[in-house]
Amino acid sequence: MKLFMTTAVSALTVLGGTAAMADIKLGASVSASGPAAFLGDPEAKTIEMMVDQINEEGGINGEKIDLVLYDDGGDPNKARTFATRLVEDDEVVAIIGGSTTGTTMSILSVAEDAEVPFISLAGAIQIIDPVHKWVFKTPHTDRMACEKIFSDMQKKGITKIGMISGTDGFGASMQAQCKDVAPKYAIEILSDETYGPQDADMTPQLTKIRNTQGVQAILNPGFGQGPAIVTRNKAQLGIDLPLYESHGVASDGFIELAGAAAAEGVRLPGTALLVASILPESDPQKPVVTAYKAAYEAKYGETVSTFGGYAHDAVDLMSHAMKTGGNDPAAIRDALEATQGYVGTTGIYSFSPEDHLGLDLSAFKMLEIHDGGWTLID
Amino acid sequence: MDALLQFLLSGVTVGAVYALVALGFTIIYNASDVVNFAQGEFVMLGGMITVFTYQAGLPLPLAAVLAIAITSLVGVALNKLALEPARGAPVVSLIIITIGASIFIRGAAQLIFDKQLHRFPSFSGDQPIHILGATLVPQSLWVIGGAVLVFIGLWLFFTKTLTGKAVLATANNRLAAQLVGINTGWIMTLSFALSAAIGALAGVLVTPITLVGYDVGVGLALKGFAAAMLGGMGNPKGALVGGIALGLLEALTAGYLSSQYKDAVAFIVILAVLFVMPQGLFGKSTTERV
Repeated sequence: MKLFMTTAVSALTVLGGTAAMADIKLGASVSASGPAAFLGDPEAKTIEMMVDQINEEGGINGEKIDLVLYDDGGDPNKARTFATRLVEDDEVVAIIGGSTTGTTMSILSVAEDAEVPFISLAGAIQIIDPVHKWVFKTPHTDRMACEKIFSDMQKKGITKIGMISGTDGFGASMQAQCKDVAPKYAIEILSDETYGPQDADMTPQLTKIRNTQGVQAILNPGFGQGPAIVTRNKAQLGIDLPLYESHGVASDGFIELAGAAAAEGVRLPGTALLVASILPESDPQKPVVTAYKAAYEAKYGETVSTFGGYAHDAVDLMSHAMKTGGNDPAAIRDALEATQGYVGTTGIYSFSPEDHLGLDLSAFKMLEIHDGGWTLID
Repeated sequence: MDALLQFLLSGVTVGAVYALVALGFTIIYNASDVVNFAQGEFVMLGGMITVFTYQAGLPLPLAAVLAIAITSLVGVALNKLALEPARGAPVVSLIIITIGASIFIRGAAQLIFDKQLHRFPSFSGDQPIHILGATLVPQSLWVIGGAVLVFIGLWLFFTKTLTGKAVLATANNRLAAQLVGINTGWIMTLSFALSAAIGALAGVLVTPITLVGYDVGVGLALKGFAAAMLGGMGNPKGALVGGIALGLLEALTAGYLSSQYKDAVAFIVILAVLFVMPQGLFGKSTTERV
């Protein structure tokens, strides 16, 4: 809240004091506090850092970006209010934000009505399918994570799996997407278990999966403490099956919570940002992720997260589009849609009128935890 | 067969966590009829303070003792700053104050600590104990042992000590308690300090299993509250039995029926029990004893 007040106030003083009407106004509404703060906090920090960087380097074609950043606290109603304020009072030419699918959906309808380009930072496939004219997004979808995992299973000859999913929004959405896309990879889900986001012990569910005949691997779509407890419980029960986690836990914190011994051999799809240091020099994303990681960690003294990376790509994409589109929302939108081969931290984006996500499966790297660290599988 | 045993061990582990949280509700409830909805936050504080003092370099036992002490002070402050000024208010208002306090403590923890999940090492390692094909982590024994010890301590406190009886007398009739020479203000302070300490102890014991973050208190308090209601609010025996029963119900439903209905079945059983026995399983004996 304080963050947004100071930003808003300084934005106002800049406006009133210098009458810099030529500045390009960029709006943002993220969940920097509240239950989705783990998403919005690094996103807000990244957006501020990126805008400062762009302005220090001379801005967009000589014009500074004027950032108006709000904290919607993860509340879709607040997000709608702030989005309306951004287009009506602040008169921004573009919006970045919507840390969660809920807040994104609120901002989406406002942006569509006001005809302002909007880059969402949330995961759900519904944001870009069907395509909305003014809406883009940077994070890959749950479905892509499922597909990445299933294609890795296919390579290892796994065809029958047990699933144990969290009942929170993230887990439930990914569970549904995985079940939907499994037949495409000839994967059969023999056992489909769930657990509550605050549960302390998943050994009954895992025992059931172990006792199901023919299960060759376990997949755990989930977020927060659940996956760490599942990983520990699987080690406790001594279940000797490959365990796949989701991209939701792709962070060093997961290895720490699950314990290096229990997490040994766990596979999950993650982004290049997570494994910046072990990427081969030939990887096109290497310079982008290394630069962002270094800048963020130097400025804030905390480890970068995938979520901050989504915001990095959104600001970068938007500023590139502003170079051609200038101060005109419609021109910025057209420039965004024409973006081809932009290398971000999450992947390489190529938008088209039919595809407002612009990523393919190569955006995910298959990672395996080994000796308490990450290794690249492909 | 080994599956059944695994379900039972899981149920007892989870049940002991619920029981520890439920036991924390008893003292404040006995002293004031107030269900303290900030009890989950005491559990969270116990875990979080231990995590951060342990990371700062203190040995684990010292970090745990410090966490329990600080949380007790928070409990006393909650009583002095939020509940005592509203002493004349009806019990429902006081309960609403504790809900407000829980939101405040959660927000403060988010700012003072951080928004990440944490864990510290188990007390006796992570090597699982094998029992007839089922397994149990050593930390579960700590949690179960902790719940039993707190239960025995509370039972002795309420039945054998004068202070414990003074707590019960204060709840029954504050004016009459004052007339017989009980310092009711001090009793309230004591009961908040003890409840907070039990909550923090629960946090210290369960963190290696459940992990801790600023927002884990809500979920724990809800399950602990359900366990306390099932067993009979205010009765330590009820909290212990209610907690274990709730844990077993969840584990057996997840194991034999479906994990999708785990919480639903547990709450339906609680509703059914309360329908037949509105005081909970052991609630009646409390009122008789006073």
